Amino acid sequence: MNSLDFSIIQQAWPYLWSGLLFSLALTVAAFLIGMILGTCFALVQHFEIPIVSQIVRAYIALIRSIPLILVLFWFFFLVPIVLGHLSANGRPIPIGATYTAFITFGLFEAAYYSEIIRVGLRAVNKGQFEACQALALSTYDTYRSVILPQVIRVASPIILSQTIILFQDTSLVYVLSLTDLVGAASKLAQLNGRLVEMYLAVALVYLVISSVTSQCVASLRKRYAFTGAHR
Amino acid sequence: MFEVLFEQTADGQRYIDWLLSGLGWTLALAFFGWWIAFAIGVVVGIGRTVQNRFFAALARLYVEIFRNIPVLVQMFLWYFVLPEVLPGSLGNAIKQIPPPWGSFFPALLCLGLYTAARIAEQVRAGIEALPRGQAEAAHALGLGGYRTYRHVIVPQALRLIVPSLTSEVMGIYKNTSVALTIGLMELTAQARQISEATFQTFTAFGTATLIYLALALIAYQSMILIDKAVRIPGTTPVKDITGQELAETVQQVGPLPGAMEAAK
Repeated sequence: MNSLDFSIIQQAWPYLWSGLLFSLALTVAAFLIGMILGTCFALVQHFEIPIVSQIVRAYIALIRSIPLILVLFWFFFLVPIVLGHLSANGRPIPIGATYTAFITFGLFEAAYYSEIIRVGLRAVNKGQFEACQALALSTYDTYRSVILPQVIRVASPIILSQTIILFQDTSLVYVLSLTDLVGAASKLAQLNGRLVEMYLAVALVYLVISSVTSQCVASLRKRYAFTGAHR
Repeated sequence: MFEVLFEQTADGQRYIDWLLSGLGWTLALAFFGWWIAFAIGVVVGIGRTVQNRFFAALARLYVEIFRNIPVLVQMFLWYFVLPEVLPGSLGNAIKQIPPPWGSFFPALLCLGLYTAARIAEQVRAGIEALPRGQAEAAHALGLGGYRTYRHVIVPQALRLIVPSLTSEVMGIYKNTSVALTIGLMELTAQARQISEATFQTFTAFGTATLIYLALALIAYQSMILIDKAVRIPGTTPVKDITGQELAETVQQVGPLPGAMEAAK
């Protein structure tokens, strides 16, 4: 084999960087969509709204049971057909790989975030709800100003860990031929044949970003554990 | 709607045979990958808890590396990069393994080593959840380090973590689908192939989804049975890592309700 030549990475860096930016954008968007939808899902289950909560529960069980790649294929092939049926002329409406990725990851992560928030909601002390009632807060104000901020705060280490997993999972958009970090590397590797250097560099980038953020999450958790030591 | 699965394919089989062969690869990968992951995971998990700084650091390094690189990238490293960086003759020998084994073995190695890092963290959580008195009593009885782990610590820790291993079992069979990126025709890949050959997208992916759902149900139920069989009487199991982290941080808000059920 040829000797390794990492100067190739320097040349490739602008393209890899644009790929990394796409991965990060996808992570942030999926995080936002997932958190908003996930909170709604968790509240629907928390209030035990009939029918809707059963549907949400079934959705979450389904999403958690099938591989992410299969979910990506579902959305990539089926959403255009479904949209076509809804539109006037009944023809499939292609939505493109990029939108597919954003929609899929948002809806997929919503299932996972909602499980975290649901468990967090159940962990809130009953006294908090009673105090809100005593203060005559409306249900909306109770959840908006008292309950949810606490849930988000105590669950934040797990939410962040899940987000690191999400960041790693965005690499799977490779199957839609999108140019995320892995996609950029594999496209360049096909051109210049230096796939060893390319994939090693990509692995290193993921390793550094994920382990540094995991360390931050771990220290965050320690700090919370410390402030919580008033038993 | 499922009639199309029983139609003839170009190679004289039926489409359902494609799916079943895909299911076979998925199961083989998940099953053998699991035992590789379990064996390495237990060793590394023990390594995370030993006094010896060198082994502890080595185990930590293993977990950090294998947990922080996406499965897809690890798949590529084993499949594309490993044969290139090995000495010439060995690398060539690996490249000449005929398909599908040429994809199966890298995928097996990848999933085994990746899942091992996750199992190691569960094993560590199980060991750390044991009361210190267990190790101290073993020492008082004159057991050395090895026999303390072998006969006292590890058997108890493994019985404690069965419920949290459920999510790892579910994880490994779902991650088998990543093997399609290196050309293994497992269940998801076969579903896509059927979809492309017949344009019956809904039937193809729907059937695959139903099969994955059934697998999830089987995995979930059998872990409950295993847990019932091996549960140490009078103990509460160490929950899923997520549940556990939440339990630690939730203390500032108030006592946990009795059923701090793990995410599932």
